[in-house]
Amino acid sequence: MNRVHELICIVCPKGCHLKIDDDLNVSGHDCPRGVVYGKAELLNPTRLLSSTVAIESADLARLPVVTSCEIPKREIFNVMEEIKKVSVAAPVELHQVIIANVCGLGVDVVATRSVKR
Amino acid sequence: MKTVDLAIIGGGSAGLAAAVSAYDEGIRDILILEKDRFLGGILNQCIHPGFGLQEFKEQLTGPEYAERFIEMAKERNIPYRLDTMVMGMTKDKVITYSNAAEGQVRVQAKAVILATGCYERNAGSIAISGDRPSGVITAGLAQRYLNIDGYLVGRKVFILGSGDIGLIMARRMTLEGAKVLGVAEIMPYSNGLNRNIVQCLVDYDIPLYLSHTVTKVTGRHRLEKIEIAQVDDKFAPIPGTEKEFEVDTLMLSVGLIPSNELFDHLGLPQDKTKGAIVDQNLQTGIPGVFSCGNVLHVHDLVDFVSLEGKIAGQTAAKFIKTTETKPTKTIDVLPGLGIGYVVPQKIDISNRGGNISFKFRVKAPVKDTFVTIKQGTTVLKRSFHQVVIPSEMINMTLAASVHIDEATPITVLLEAKQ
Amino acid sequence: MHDVVILGAGVIGAFIARALSRYQLDVIVIDQENDVGNFTSMANSALVHSGYDPEPGLLKALLNVRGNAMYDQVCADLDVVFRRIGSLTVTTKAEELPILKELQERGRRNGVATEILGHAELHALEPELAPEVVYALFAPSAGIVDPFELVVHAMENAIDNGVKLFLNEKVVAINKIDNGYQVVTDRQTHEGRLVVNATGVNSDRVAELVGPNDFSIKPRKGSYFVFDHFDDHFLKHIIFPVPDEWGKGIVVTSSYSYNYLVGPNSNYTDDREDLGTDREAMAYIKEHALRLVPRMPFDKVIRTFSGLRATPSGGDFIIAEASGQPYFINVAGIESPGLAAAPAIAEYVLAHLIKGKLELIPNERYQPRIRPLYRFNRMSDTEIQSLIKQDPRFGHLVCRCEMVSEGHIADALSRSCPPHSIKGVKKRTRAGFGRCQGGFCQPLVLKLLADHYGVTPDQVLYDAQSTFILKEPLGKVNPDENR
Repeated sequence: MNRVHELICIVCPKGCHLKIDDDLNVSGHDCPRGVVYGKAELLNPTRLLSSTVAIESADLARLPVVTSCEIPKREIFNVMEEIKKVSVAAPVELHQVIIANVCGLGVDVVATRSVKR
Repeated sequence: MKTVDLAIIGGGSAGLAAAVSAYDEGIRDILILEKDRFLGGILNQCIHPGFGLQEFKEQLTGPEYAERFIEMAKERNIPYRLDTMVMGMTKDKVITYSNAAEGQVRVQAKAVILATGCYERNAGSIAISGDRPSGVITAGLAQRYLNIDGYLVGRKVFILGSGDIGLIMARRMTLEGAKVLGVAEIMPYSNGLNRNIVQCLVDYDIPLYLSHTVTKVTGRHRLEKIEIAQVDDKFAPIPGTEKEFEVDTLMLSVGLIPSNELFDHLGLPQDKTKGAIVDQNLQTGIPGVFSCGNVLHVHDLVDFVSLEGKIAGQTAAKFIKTTETKPTKTIDVLPGLGIGYVVPQKIDISNRGGNISFKFRVKAPVKDTFVTIKQGTTVLKRSFHQVVIPSEMINMTLAASVHIDEATPITVLLEAKQ
Repeated sequence: MHDVVILGAGVIGAFIARALSRYQLDVIVIDQENDVGNFTSMANSALVHSGYDPEPGLLKALLNVRGNAMYDQVCADLDVVFRRIGSLTVTTKAEELPILKELQERGRRNGVATEILGHAELHALEPELAPEVVYALFAPSAGIVDPFELVVHAMENAIDNGVKLFLNEKVVAINKIDNGYQVVTDRQTHEGRLVVNATGVNSDRVAELVGPNDFSIKPRKGSYFVFDHFDDHFLKHIIFPVPDEWGKGIVVTSSYSYNYLVGPNSNYTDDREDLGTDREAMAYIKEHALRLVPRMPFDKVIRTFSGLRATPSGGDFIIAEASGQPYFINVAGIESPGLAAAPAIAEYVLAHLIKGKLELIPNERYQPRIRPLYRFNRMSDTEIQSLIKQDPRFGHLVCRCEMVSEGHIADALSRSCPPHSIKGVKKRTRAGFGRCQGGFCQPLVLKLLADHYGVTPDQVLYDAQSTFILKEPLGKVNPDENR
């Protein structure tokens, strides 16, 4: 049976309501990015993961970080576990690599702000 | 008395964009007054991505977006003060501010930009029934404690209101090890961006209870449990639909209100947005006082906030250079069918400027509709939308070349597809 | 053994402590809460009634009128905001004029001057009253007070004059011993020659600890709406409806801080800790308020709260020795007009129930005034600048809605009756009372409390002992630990 999955596209604020069947036919999109998203979301959903790590600094208690690109959705909690282990010291540069190749996914966890000493 | 050409109250996204744009228009004597200990405003605690798609054509996290504008301001050496609170402003643009180093200072400004952002609607004003335990907290405050200070406010959470802040915190708390038992939303549709419904609730199997509200809070000292119930079309709880949840935290995400308290006593005409009434130059009822960002109307995309900040910076710069006074001729801009409000509420015909940006929200979700800007029967601009929802602000720009009649009000409205 | 053990640090306990501190007596005060004035004394209408309402001959009448007269001096000494704005008891029914006349006569017998106003006069005084309001009884001596400062400053003054305060102690037993009483709390045992029971809603239960008592307390809940500042001149007087069998009814009034207050209703409850608010009660209060002031802007409500009145069996204040026990004094059933009567109650207890039992030798070091607060609204610009130069914390504003500085909070923490919680800071400085209800200032106040008391932020309390605001810090998992 060819099921039809309903997803809301999140590529842009329009949030088109997509319908995708098991043969990856997509409808309801407003632009080609929606087709790409719909297929990818069904086959291999990925997410950007943002969090904070402990930082020793005069100004800040937490350093915000994000994965350098999307990671598979199923790896989210594994990556969180690695992030929770980390503590850094100021100074930190914007986009400084905090964890390289986290969980062997070929993705880094980087700082999303700079911090002075 | 000290003087300054341009005083910008608020060093968040709106204030920074305004400062940079005023500088680029040639104004040098600028002073940004920021109440917190850092620039960037609320972006500092919005560590998640989703910012900058329009402004920078990239997807950035809040702090990255803030850092871009902070860098721009610092490169231009624009003066600013932190831990500085503006205590009041007069109709003549005399601002009183206070900080530890300078004490209380009075400054005469030629132009003022209000960029003070907004505050969260809280438990007090929605009069939740039941006990008064600790553990009832607004989502934004919980976000600050988590992302800035590094503390979890609770371990078993229920969220009231499907506003974006609540959805983002649902995910954030879950990632940090808390259990989020559900989100209740009083309306029959969610208030948050679709992206957040998917990535914050669906991803983590957090149930969304539409047409529900919290009817009771129990706990003498610390929150112990809450009760939710379904509501009817008059938002009254339906007996028999109650559900109980054992939680230690009730997080409220029930709306944002522009922080206009400094100006309440000045009699600045206000709209139902709870922000000032402005013309397309973002000038309020007081000549030389401009308003932009969340204090003008609550935004959902920071990119639009920066856009507004830029316009305010430009028009404030022009005001300083030419010291124009009151607009001599204005026409009204009215929300028509299906539209909740429109900013600006007036067009200053005597100072048309270039492109005019109309920002507005629809009253309820609608599919397959035209959004039209009209004057009488003349269509000034029209665009087609597959979906429009109240939680996503719409921005339509009228090009400088479009002729505007000087005597007829402009209406923004929805029109059905024929 | 102490001379006097006062049970209860509400407005009554605080004023009795202060009154006793004029003498060379060893006095302690015990309260189960985490702050003084933390129950009924902080959840009431904050009104200093004029005194026409109580039945002549009752202690309520005598002490209300005497207390009201003492307020100017008390509030000057204790630096408490008090405004004698007068009250209007109004009616929309011409046939209720005899009731107003009866109240006026009662007032006359109690020694309170009042005036009956007709339609034109009362609307000239208060244009926001509903046009249907036809008559009003005007009592110029009624006033509004800051109930939080009142108790805190009275207790601070008592402590400065030698009284000791024990918080977070709940009385579990009281034993008669030679020359006095042993008061056993859940933390320790205190001994005193004389005990004053001013424990409010629980005073009958505390009285029972020494023997069968002849009174009971029935808690009566009342709820309120608190409004944002919107127009200091919207109402200039306290507005009462004509009283009914439940009491003075739902009041609409400006408060000491130019917020507006509407309430309370009246509902007997068996639950002595029930401070919840419920929808029906709030709707009832709103409906009644709008009848008197139709333009009361309920969209500007920033908070609702409830308080419990300690309503006595018998209907009058119970200020008397326990049966057969001259050294155990009950000061119970202090419902309305308790706040107005408080200073007079203390005076009365001293004069009639303590004098003659303990030697009252004047304390020559007694100081009736507290060190005044730093109130920007009564300081000149030069004084403010000079203060900030001396202590820059007064320049750093922490609460935006109410314009409270770090210096004010530091000052409250430095006094002898300091806050121990976010709520305690709120009561003393107003930080967190405004429209954002702590949304901006709470993290800053939390940090100041944590730093002052040398605790981690997750140990800071909102109010009572288990009301932590933060659950736990985000921990760094030690990578050496076994996973």
